[in-house]
Amino acid sequence: MIDREQVLHVARLARLELSEQEVGQIATELSSVLGHIEKIGELSLDDVAPTSHVVEVDNALRPDVPRPCLPREVALANAPAVQDGGFLVPSPQA
Amino acid sequence: MTDLTALTAKQAVDAVAKGDLDPAELFAAYRAKAAADELNAFTWVADEGATVAADDLRAMPLAGVPLAVKDLFCTEGVPSQSGSRILEGYRPPYTATVVRRLAEAGTTLLAKTNQDEFAMGSSNENSAYGPVLNPWDRTRVPGGSSGGSAAAVASGAAPWALGTDTGGSIRQPAAHTGIVGHKPTYGTVSRYGMIAFASSLDQAGPLTRDVTDAALLYRHMIGHDACDSTSLQHPEEIVLPSAQRLDGIRLGVPEDLTGEGIEPGVLARFEATLTLAQELGATVHRVALPHADYGLSAYYVIAPAEASSNLARFDGVRYGLRVDADDLMSMYTKTRHDGFGAEVKRRIMLGTYALSSGYYDAYYGKAQKVRTKIAEDFTNAFAQVDFVVTPTAPTVPFELGSKTGDPLAMYLNDYFTVPISLAGLPAISIPAGLSEGLPVGFQLAGPAFSENRILDTAYALEQAIGFDATPGRV
Amino acid sequence: MTTAETTEIEYETVIGLEIHVQLATNTKMFCSCALSFGEPPNTRTCPVCLGLPGSLPVANAEAIHYGLMMGMALGSELAPRSIFHRKNYFYPDLPKGYQISQYDEPLCLGGRLGDVRIHRVHLEEDAAKLVHVGPSGRLAASDASIVDFNRGGTPLAEIVTEPDLRDATAAAEWLRMLRATLRTLGVSDVNMEEGSLRCDANISIRPVGSTELGTKTELKNMNSFRYIERGIRAEVARQTAILRSGGTVEQETLHFDPRTEAITSLRSKEEAHDYRYFPEPDLTPVAITEAMRDRAAAALPELPLARAERFEKDLGLSADSAHLLAFRTELGDFFEAALGDNGAHAAEPQPLANWVANELVSRLGADADPSESKVQPGALAQLVAMVTAKEVTQGGARQVLDKLVATGGEPQAIVAAEGLGAVGGADELAPIVEAALAANPDVAEKLRGGDMKPIGVIVGHVMRETKGRADGGEITRLVREQLGL
Ligand SMILES: [Mg+2]
Ligand SMILES: [Zn+2]
Repeated sequence: MIDREQVLHVARLARLELSEQEVGQIATELSSVLGHIEKIGELSLDDVAPTSHVVEVDNALRPDVPRPCLPREVALANAPAVQDGGFLVPSPQA
Repeated sequence: MTDLTALTAKQAVDAVAKGDLDPAELFAAYRAKAAADELNAFTWVADEGATVAADDLRAMPLAGVPLAVKDLFCTEGVPSQSGSRILEGYRPPYTATVVRRLAEAGTTLLAKTNQDEFAMGSSNENSAYGPVLNPWDRTRVPGGSSGGSAAAVASGAAPWALGTDTGGSIRQPAAHTGIVGHKPTYGTVSRYGMIAFASSLDQAGPLTRDVTDAALLYRHMIGHDACDSTSLQHPEEIVLPSAQRLDGIRLGVPEDLTGEGIEPGVLARFEATLTLAQELGATVHRVALPHADYGLSAYYVIAPAEASSNLARFDGVRYGLRVDADDLMSMYTKTRHDGFGAEVKRRIMLGTYALSSGYYDAYYGKAQKVRTKIAEDFTNAFAQVDFVVTPTAPTVPFELGSKTGDPLAMYLNDYFTVPISLAGLPAISIPAGLSEGLPVGFQLAGPAFSENRILDTAYALEQAIGFDATPGRV
Repeated sequence: MTTAETTEIEYETVIGLEIHVQLATNTKMFCSCALSFGEPPNTRTCPVCLGLPGSLPVANAEAIHYGLMMGMALGSELAPRSIFHRKNYFYPDLPKGYQISQYDEPLCLGGRLGDVRIHRVHLEEDAAKLVHVGPSGRLAASDASIVDFNRGGTPLAEIVTEPDLRDATAAAEWLRMLRATLRTLGVSDVNMEEGSLRCDANISIRPVGSTELGTKTELKNMNSFRYIERGIRAEVARQTAILRSGGTVEQETLHFDPRTEAITSLRSKEEAHDYRYFPEPDLTPVAITEAMRDRAAAALPELPLARAERFEKDLGLSADSAHLLAFRTELGDFFEAALGDNGAHAAEPQPLANWVANELVSRLGADADPSESKVQPGALAQLVAMVTAKEVTQGGARQVLDKLVATGGEPQAIVAAEGLGAVGGADELAPIVEAALAANPDVAEKLRGGDMKPIGVIVGHVMRETKGRADGGEITRLVREQLGL
């Protein structure tokens, strides 16, 4: 029910490189899982409200008061590549 | 005292408080055991114990008793990798709120525990740092995703441990290793500093040798956290359990329980436990949870969808693994290909698909509505009974590798735990004896914030069952 | 315009604007980092705005408050309950791999400013800054960029209009009105050059008279009012040319280069975006309480439109003066300060308005704030009052204003010191006129004969004698009197 093309499209959205063999495998696995998930299609849920939070908390807001920031060396400590105090990445324009 | 590690956490706290036990000695004993661990339960073990003086520890409620912490809790300066290669060697600049609170209450960080990668799994075979073995039978899985925490506590290498539960990741490994695992009401324990799997389901909880330790640890985990918008103040103070009888307690057994392939041995232990409960004065009833059967379907849409988004930050830019490439797109795709394991990729794909345009309503939208119906089912059930009880897992721990080829079969392990997670409700798994020489768990779920009642009831059952938590190694 | 062109179909332009406004809060949208103003890169970050594993967002109450003020100022309907969504896409300036924004339940819905309807106003977080650095030895990549997360997470309000604008000038004009309104609210610095006010335009054209919309293109990030006008004109010209040549406009995102006036497509090589919006599970709903409403309402100052109306109604200013002073907040403030300064010399509103809008602005520069100049509001009021009282001529007053701008001070003192006072009463001016007529008998003769053309010679003579301090009207009156005309 989910074909090779769909797998490649979704993999691109998710920024995942997949080997040829992974593509085939995931297509089959996703199909079987989605097949099981289709179960919820049996239910009539038209007038049911969706639940995105089980907790009923509103306005969990924060006062607009500054707190100390991380020292730059700490912020950059785990970065794979650093230059001029920033995180170095391949240019998106390239 | 001979073997200090034979003490439960509560016994150790009391001994230290009385001055009969030196917390440094206690730590040394556990450190030695953890360092010698053969189950691959740990990803990091501390060299030194508390930096706090022994006299000060004595005055603290948790008295310096060592604590093992699941890898996915951020601990400042200590590897926090969430079982993933993409975070190999990652040392966060901050500590998770719950770990900080427990340290302030007097626990000493003993070790970080192995887990399924990003908490995705029910067998701990999805860890980039190798599978964890079950102390009852090393050819079998300890359950997951908090398998390292469960194995550490069950094998006596840690007095107690922190785990997280998204769809059963505390309860199921506790059941598979013969210990107590408590999944609290969603929101009562801060998620700040917990490396997320599925934000609307993740909840931290204790894995302990007995119910008393679970209550003691949970008591010091809770409290509103301004850094977590979904955090709640628990309306009750958590007290140590003491019930001997269960008079007037109504236990509800889901009607279609015998459904999803429960092993006879597991069912036998479950029914034996119900009989014990009745002898203590409880009554047993059938309750209808008409939508529980759709729980797994909803869960395997919601959790992967949230995960696909939560794991987008692992992009090789600010931390973790980067695979260099000539262009940005290849850097992203290669980094994520090499950094994530098969199950994580599977769920990222599933979640991305479920959220992608054209499919949202059919999958994520519907799943959220199922979630509403399941929560209603429990509300109705708790109008008739005090607790809903089930076996924690349908089977005893299975053999390593026996289900890795079949994701669906693996997902079915969570059949009894997932609906409760979707409703955000508290539940506990306690050891209900052995089947084929392997532990079986008994799950007790209650309404939101009913932790005190759950713990009290579990305690009374625990006394009646009289299970010996020391693994009889096969 | 050749006859060939006039016979072709005429097109009408349809423009809708999407404006991103950086809110002037103390801290970021979802963390407690102070906002950044040119600090060294990555010195204004924390686990939350770096998207570190395990960190969680908590919404800034003040950003919500500013959002409500904007909604009220724009006459929007404030949603009793609004939620945040995740907008998922990968980019190095987006640390979490998603932007926390609002989707189908925004904070404010509808509204209007002037004659442009507002579609919605919602809150979100700003992206980080990407600096292109070209080839870097440290990377395999041929071309590299550096990410600075100081700006990342700055609170943004996104204002989306309905497609109610019909040409570039109107778009820029309306955007000025919006900027003045937001500045008056005090919710943002609204500085386009510094990026605290950013504008995208959705542009389409359609045959005059047709009612359905043509295919629109989105023109991105024009960072000055001038560029917006020029950008929209260029894009309209491009679309018109395409349609006239029988082609079809493609829906795409475009970039306008103000230097070359070139319009280039920003469409990435990748597949069309699929943002996979879903409700942000780490944040709970914003449910507006009475207290939040009341606080926002109480914080609303008088807005430019209302101020213009007051200037017209209560002060009798001309519509143009009223509008100009009301929408150039700093001019309006100076004007009202001068007006309020009722010393010995109370200035008339309209003359004062003219002096502020024309003489003062022409001397200080179009965008200058007079309150930062040496000219005291009271001083200008005094000067204008003196003109009205004919104590100084227009010409003299202009010289006084030059001095005020240069060195400040008191008009009366300057007039006295420089001897710029008007040469007033007949007794003082009559002899000078008499002398002028005597010195120009031929001119006097023509005037007597009823030919008033050469009177300028006499006026010029008198002005020379009085160093321009005489009143032209008064001179003419005396000439007629002395020649018995
Ligand atoms: Mg936006
Ligand atoms: Zn921050």
